[in-house]
Amino acid sequence: MDVNYDNNEKILTFKLTEEIDHHTTEIIRRRADYEIQRHIPRKAIFDFSSVSFMDSAGIGMIIGRYKLLSMLGGTLEIKNVSPSVERILKMSGILKIINIYSKEE
Amino acid sequence: MQECYENKMELKILSKSSNESFARVAVAAFASQLDLNIEDLADIKTAVSEAVTNCIIHAYDTAEGIITIEARLTNNSLEIEVSDRGKGIENIELAKEPLYTTKPDLERSGMGFTIMDSFMDELKVESIVGLGTKVSMKKIFV
Ligand SMILES: Nc1ncnc2c1ncn2[C@@H]1O[C@H](COP(=O)(O)OP(=O)(O)OP(=O)(O)O)[C@@H](O)[C@H]1O
Ligand SMILES: [Mg+2]
Repeated sequence: MDVNYDNNEKILTFKLTEEIDHHTTEIIRRRADYEIQRHIPRKAIFDFSSVSFMDSAGIGMIIGRYKLLSMLGGTLEIKNVSPSVERILKMSGILKIINIYSKEE
Repeated sequence: MQECYENKMELKILSKSSNESFARVAVAAFASQLDLNIEDLADIKTAVSEAVTNCIIHAYDTAEGIITIEARLTNNSLEIEVSDRGKGIENIELAKEPLYTTKPDLERSGMGFTIMDSFMDELKVESIVGLGTKVSMKKIFV
């Protein structure tokens, strides 16, 4: 996972580079929560463009970060998801609270 | 189910999270003898990942146990069985409900069985409390 923080815009971007399952979410979660608490961003973005696999562990991981960000007054965005990842996100219902963006801003 | 098959495999792994990707890739590699499309292979990987992860998180919890994965190929279908000798499921119908989870503290979303059910064509769950669980799934290719 590559992390980038835009200090002017207060946007924290996580570029996920691994397959997302129970094993890798443990690692992603620890790093993401550390960065979120360190920067308290206005907005965090999970960029899925390099993600080739995600199972239900990804749903819990996203909801958990969404809750932490909300508590700290920030928002969460997801972008560049593949059709298979989108299908899983849709099934979980989290797209009702978190937006997906497919294009670069 | 298992009358006539063209090929079969069996895999036994320790219930370690680092084996999750190995298990799903192994079954997908076995299934790709059938010349499947990318979507079918992705569905198979996801379903295996869900079943194996459940054994690790729920069946064995923090203990270490053996997970057995069996797969059988016919000329137009793949059957997968994932079994554990862990704690078992008390109420299978309830466990299969979307969003039902006994581990919300671990950020689980309760979507595993729902995903297996929708990504595969058949899903059967058998379990005996204290003895273990067997999840059988089938995908039919057209
Ligand atoms: N192999 C198993 N052994 C014991 N209990 C199980 C097993 N598989 C599932 N369960 C029980 O069924 C419930 C639902 O499983 P399901 O996979 O749908 O959701 P989850 O694992 O809790 O969350 P998610 O899969 O979304 O991360 C689990 O919370 C657990 O109580
Ligand atoms: Mg599960």
